[in-house]
Amino acid sequence: MTTLLWIVATVLLLMVFACLWRADVGPTIQDRLLAINVAGTKTMVVLVLLATIAGHAFLIDVAIVYGLLNLIITLAATRFIESGRLGSEPPVGADGALRADGRP
Amino acid sequence: MTLLLNVLSGALLLVGLAFVLGGTVGLIRLPDLFSRAHAASKCDSVGAGSILVALALQGGLTYGDLKILLLVLLTLVSAPTIAHALARAGYRTGLAAWTRPGRDES
Repeated sequence: MTTLLWIVATVLLLMVFACLWRADVGPTIQDRLLAINVAGTKTMVVLVLLATIAGHAFLIDVAIVYGLLNLIITLAATRFIESGRLGSEPPVGADGALRADGRP
Repeated sequence: MTLLLNVLSGALLLVGLAFVLGGTVGLIRLPDLFSRAHAASKCDSVGAGSILVALALQGGLTYGDLKILLLVLLTLVSAPTIAHALARAGYRTGLAAWTRPGRDES
């Protein structure tokens, strides 16, 4: 069973490199963000695999923090791309007027 | 009982590996952001989710395995959220969806 776990971990790491290729060439910034998010999820799974293989229970806590940071970073970056701001202040153009499309 | 758990978790590992493989091939091969987000959310939720469930079955249901199940819950929530947010950002920044070449010329 440990051999199967090692095989799964190795294949997942190869997939992480494939995702990094997409993050390198991806034509839009959203493609890069998506690729980095998928690579982060795979890394989280590899951490849990290593926790099961080696018997280090603390690696599961590291994986939880990794997954939460992955979610929050991608959501914040997506919001920033979409509207050009991070907080909840109203969108204001260069002339001080409110803009309908939400972009600065 | 241990044999049953081992067989079940091995099958879940293989299913998850197949889904992750398919999702990554989709992330590399598909033509635009929307279809890539679609493939990647399947890869994340089902693939990573079933691998994590298999690992939780491996440990024999201890306290750490409850944390792994929490991680499964996080994955199930986060993958569709990320795909939706990225596709919405792409749509609102004016990204055109891919159409089959030559389809709208007739």
